[in-house]
Amino acid sequence: MAEQAAEKTEFDIVAEAHPNKDFKAPELTGEIATPRVEDGMIVKGVTDAIKPHIAKEAIQEKLDFPGTLVDNWDEAVIRRLGELLERYKSLQVYLDTCVRCGSCTDKCQFYLGTNDPNNMPVARAELLRKVYKRYFTTEGKIFRKLAGAEKLDINLLSDWYAYFHQCSQCRRCSVFCPYGIDTAEISMAAREIMDCIGIGQKYVNEILGKVHDIGNNLGMNPKALAATLESTEEDLEEETGQKIRLPLDEEGAEVLMITPSADFFASPHVESLLGYAKVFHQAGISWTFSSKASEAGNFGMFIGNYTQLEKVASRVRDAIDDIRPKRLIVGECGHAWRVAYSFWNTLIGPFDTLDPNYPAPQHICEFTLDLVERGAIKLDKAANDEFTVTFHDSCNVARGSCMGDRPGGQFTIPRELIKASCNRFVDMEKGTIMEETFCCGGGGGLLTDEILQVRIQGAMPRMQALSRVMESDGVNFMALICAICKAQFTKILPKYGVPMSVAGGVHQLVGRAIDLGAKA
Amino acid sequence: MSGLTLVFSIFFYIAIDIFIIGMLLKVWKYVSTPAPLKIPQTPAPKTAAGVGVRMFKDVVFFRSLFRGNKRIWLGGYLFHLALLIVFMKHLRFFLPATPAIIDDLVDIDIYTGFVVVGALAFLFILRLAVDRHFFISVFNDYMLLVFIIAIGTTGLLSRFWEGGGVRSDIPYIKEFVGGLFTFHPGTVPENPLFLTHFSLVMLFLMYFPFSKMVHAVAIFFSPTRNQIDNSREKRWGPWMVKGKRYGQVTPPAAASVLVKDEPTDA
Ligand code: HEM
Ligand code: SF4
Ligand code: SF4
Ligand code: SF4
Repeated sequence: MAEQAAEKTEFDIVAEAHPNKDFKAPELTGEIATPRVEDGMIVKGVTDAIKPHIAKEAIQEKLDFPGTLVDNWDEAVIRRLGELLERYKSLQVYLDTCVRCGSCTDKCQFYLGTNDPNNMPVARAELLRKVYKRYFTTEGKIFRKLAGAEKLDINLLSDWYAYFHQCSQCRRCSVFCPYGIDTAEISMAAREIMDCIGIGQKYVNEILGKVHDIGNNLGMNPKALAATLESTEEDLEEETGQKIRLPLDEEGAEVLMITPSADFFASPHVESLLGYAKVFHQAGISWTFSSKASEAGNFGMFIGNYTQLEKVASRVRDAIDDIRPKRLIVGECGHAWRVAYSFWNTLIGPFDTLDPNYPAPQHICEFTLDLVERGAIKLDKAANDEFTVTFHDSCNVARGSCMGDRPGGQFTIPRELIKASCNRFVDMEKGTIMEETFCCGGGGGLLTDEILQVRIQGAMPRMQALSRVMESDGVNFMALICAICKAQFTKILPKYGVPMSVAGGVHQLVGRAIDLGAKA
Repeated sequence: MSGLTLVFSIFFYIAIDIFIIGMLLKVWKYVSTPAPLKIPQTPAPKTAAGVGVRMFKDVVFFRSLFRGNKRIWLGGYLFHLALLIVFMKHLRFFLPATPAIIDDLVDIDIYTGFVVVGALAFLFILRLAVDRHFFISVFNDYMLLVFIIAIGTTGLLSRFWEGGGVRSDIPYIKEFVGGLFTFHPGTVPENPLFLTHFSLVMLFLMYFPFSKMVHAVAIFFSPTRNQIDNSREKRWGPWMVKGKRYGQVTPPAAASVLVKDEPTDA
């Protein structure tokens, strides 16, 4: 009897994790070295036991997923994979196409940081591709292991749970793949499948539940939100001596502003919020937040579930219908901007009630830079003279969206805006910025503390590039346009011995530099 | 018609049919599977012409691979380019009259066969020698390389090894292969070297649609590469599955997943 109780269930095998809270960050040398696949790692990975917590039953069921690992999970996996293959061209094409050329193998920050070969993009994708080959392809059915096909078993599922949660869906690998294979698409599909058999990730799914129940990721109800905005308004008045508003639910406002809820009180996020408010105030454009859509983020993308993606986005549709704005603007958030820019029109469009003279949605950086260029607001660069600034291209913005009307606007527009707000700007090394930017290490639903080790390791390439410009140019401010980047860096910088204050928002700089006196 | 001719003719037709039907089915699958969201890997072109240029660079120059890894690019690019020339040269054997530009290729194609084999050997060595490539390679990756090296080597032997006797059989080969395409096969030359070369190619064709070889067509269907970055200007979708919008097809709830056929022993 006692022996039986000690026996591991299948669920235990998947859930078994060994988070390493005392993990020490690597040293900052300025070099991003490609690790060697050590012999010992070939058999088993080194981070396979670092896994996020599994979502509890109630959280799962709120999202219409099974509460715990279903009995016939292996059949269910194959069935769901089959359905997804019929629904996503990306998945079908990418599972077929990889020639295992190796071009992507040294491109993922999680491989570079963890040394775990299963974090090479192709190796990660292969975890799912093995199963695809075994059950869906003639080659795999005939050649089996020789073709890299493998039967699905509980250990493989356990690896899925580990390694598909060590991918921030940053798409860096896709840039260097001869066929553009996007491992993010594959890891989204894998997470969707795991959700459908009852093993969702706690952090992401809990947050999705909060959005449905309360309206935002942080679980701030409308009353609390109104109170926070009010007290922030008071702080602003104290600081500036002017009545700068942070309006909520004001019907008929010109602009509906959708921003990540972290902006409402997390630090340094709130500094950017002040920046937005000052910009609207100075430009004299009426605007409002919405308590219904008090969240720009959309974690539905992280779990690859279309229903969740659409459901979260639909709150923005409702807010538009209520407030009837002329324009729709999105605050500083990486994955949110990808969803807004690339998916909103499909999910909740068309935006035919909005003013067609403006792009819908518009990024706050596009909006502010346009005002600066037209002279509608003035920026005093000297206000930021204590800073030498660099810019971290958020991966979702860099590789999954655009700004302005030319390709690459997502790189130039924030940089122009930063340069208009400060006197000293330096870019980090080529190969670590723009299209080739590294992820901060906390995106894609990884921003949870039980996998802190992986987050620290994943941040390594960015940290090395940052340390280099800190050393050579005295950089002391890394401007960000992503709520997750901000949260990740404030946590990770100190682990690398870099002051937390180095991380800040682009509109933090704008807010400091904006001239609130003379109205244009 | 000799028995041997019959066997090889049938072999040819089976292989070609499997290749053509297999590839058509693949392409049909790629065409018919929806891409429900805009996922171009940005910065991406804002016009269809721009996407054409992007695709051209990737197909003709392997641009993304070039950015990613110069060594693999060198091996892969040389191999494909040489293979293309070799393939065009082979048209001599199928077509009744050789177009002039193919004849002009004769001058360089002396080397292309060696380039094909050499580049493949280089790729093979890379897989073994670079730790990361070794980790991700599976048996079939090596097998495929060896397979094509074998095709190339038998081809080179046919051309440069007098003892193989293929050169002197060329008129008969032309008659046989050309005939296959017009459904009047001539007599197959009983030359072991030629028959080996020919058989390997047929096996390769039969393997093609069921393996990573589909990359040759799949690249054109890659959404990160073939989509136009105009999601704000032009609404994409919405997409339907079984008559419902994507978002309305809910995930299978526990109950529907749990349906089991076997009776439980209560
Ligand atoms: C449409 C354009 C094509 C592109 C962009 C392309 C690209 C590539 C790339 C990047 C590789 C990886 C090289 C490596 O393994 O290191 C590869 C492998 C290969 N390709 Fe293509 N290819 C194309 C068309 C074709 C065609 C038409 C054929 C044959 C008839 C072909 C035959 C092969 C073979 C046999 C390999 C395997 C080499 C290996 O396993 O390493 N390719 N291709
Ligand atoms: S670069 Fe693309 S084709 Fe090459 S191994 Fe990676 S995913 Fe496969
Ligand atoms: S999407 Fe990003 S995190 Fe995921 S495998 Fe590719 S490079 Fe790594
Ligand atoms: S957090 Fe920032 S860098 Fe990391 S995934 Fe998001 S946008 Fe990318």
